[in-house]
Amino acid sequence: MVADEILLELLHAELVNYVCSSECKESAGQLNKHCNLSTLEYFGFSTGYKLIERFTKDWPRLTTELDTIKFICTDFWSSIYKKSIDNLRTNHQGVYVLHDQAFRFLAKISNGTQYLDSAPLYIAFTSGLLRGALANLGINSIVTAEVQPMPACKFHIQVLRNQIT
Amino acid sequence: MAVCVAIIGKENAPKFIRCTDRDQELDFHYKVHSSLDIIEEKLLAASHPKATEPREQFLGMLYATEEHKIYGYVTNTKMKIIIVIDANHQALRDNEIRAMFRKLHGAYADAVCNPFYIPGDQVTSKKFTETVLSLLVKS
Repeated sequence: MVADEILLELLHAELVNYVCSSECKESAGQLNKHCNLSTLEYFGFSTGYKLIERFTKDWPRLTTELDTIKFICTDFWSSIYKKSIDNLRTNHQGVYVLHDQAFRFLAKISNGTQYLDSAPLYIAFTSGLLRGALANLGINSIVTAEVQPMPACKFHIQVLRNQIT
Repeated sequence: MAVCVAIIGKENAPKFIRCTDRDQELDFHYKVHSSLDIIEEKLLAASHPKATEPREQFLGMLYATEEHKIYGYVTNTKMKIIIVIDANHQALRDNEIRAMFRKLHGAYADAVCNPFYIPGDQVTSKKFTETVLSLLVKS
C-alpha cells in the first residue's frame, strides 16, 4: 500500500486511542468498549460538515434526497475510503442502508474475533461523518452503524423529515 | 467589478455583507433580501422532476434595476452568494461573473474549514474579507 493511503488509518486509530485514553482514565492503556462514543461521533460530525462544503464545490446541484445519498455513497465515500459503498438499499421512505463489505477502518483488525469488542469504536467516527455531511446538505438524520462479520459494516441512515426546512 | 457582495446562510439569514459605499449599505440589504425570493423561485423550478435546465450552482442574473445588476449562486449546502454589479460599469461577461463566484465559494469553504468557525455563525475570517474586498470596486 502506498504510504499516504495509510496515513488516514493511522490518524484515525490514534484518534480512537486518544479519545479512549482521555475519557477512561481508570482503564487507560486498553481499549474499553464502554468508552463514550459520542466524542468520536462529534469529531466525525464536524469533520463531515466542513468537508462537504469543499467536496461539493464543483458539483452540479443535488436536488433530490436520493441524489444526495448516491453522491455520499460513491464520490464522498471513495475519496475518503478509496472505494465506494458496495450496496445501497432504501425503502423510499427515508431509510437508507449503506453496506460496505470491507470497511477500511475495520480491515486491519478483523483477522479474528480478538478485537470484536472494540469494533464500535472504529465506526463511531464514520457515522458522525455521514451525519455531518448530510446535515450540511440539508438532510437531518440519525445514523446508526452495525458491524456485520468484520470487516463488513452497515450504516443505517434514518432521515428526519419533519425537521427539513 | 462588484459594488456589493453578500453571503446568505441556509435559513436565509445574512452571514456576511460588504459593499463599497457604507452609506448605501441599508439599500443593498433591501436589494439582497428581495433577490432571495427570486433565488427560491429558481430553485423550486429546477427541482421539478421534468426540469431540463442544467443544475448549476450559478443561477445567472436574478434581476436588473436601472443602477444595478444582481447575480446569484447557490452551493450544494444551500448557502447563497449574491453579487451586485453597477449597471453603468462596463459590461461583464458571464464567465467573469462565474469566476468571481468560484473565487468567493473557495474562500468561503476555506473559512468554514477553520476549526474555530462555528457553523451558522457570521463569517469573520480575515482572509475571506480580503478576497471580498479584492472583488469590490475601488472607489
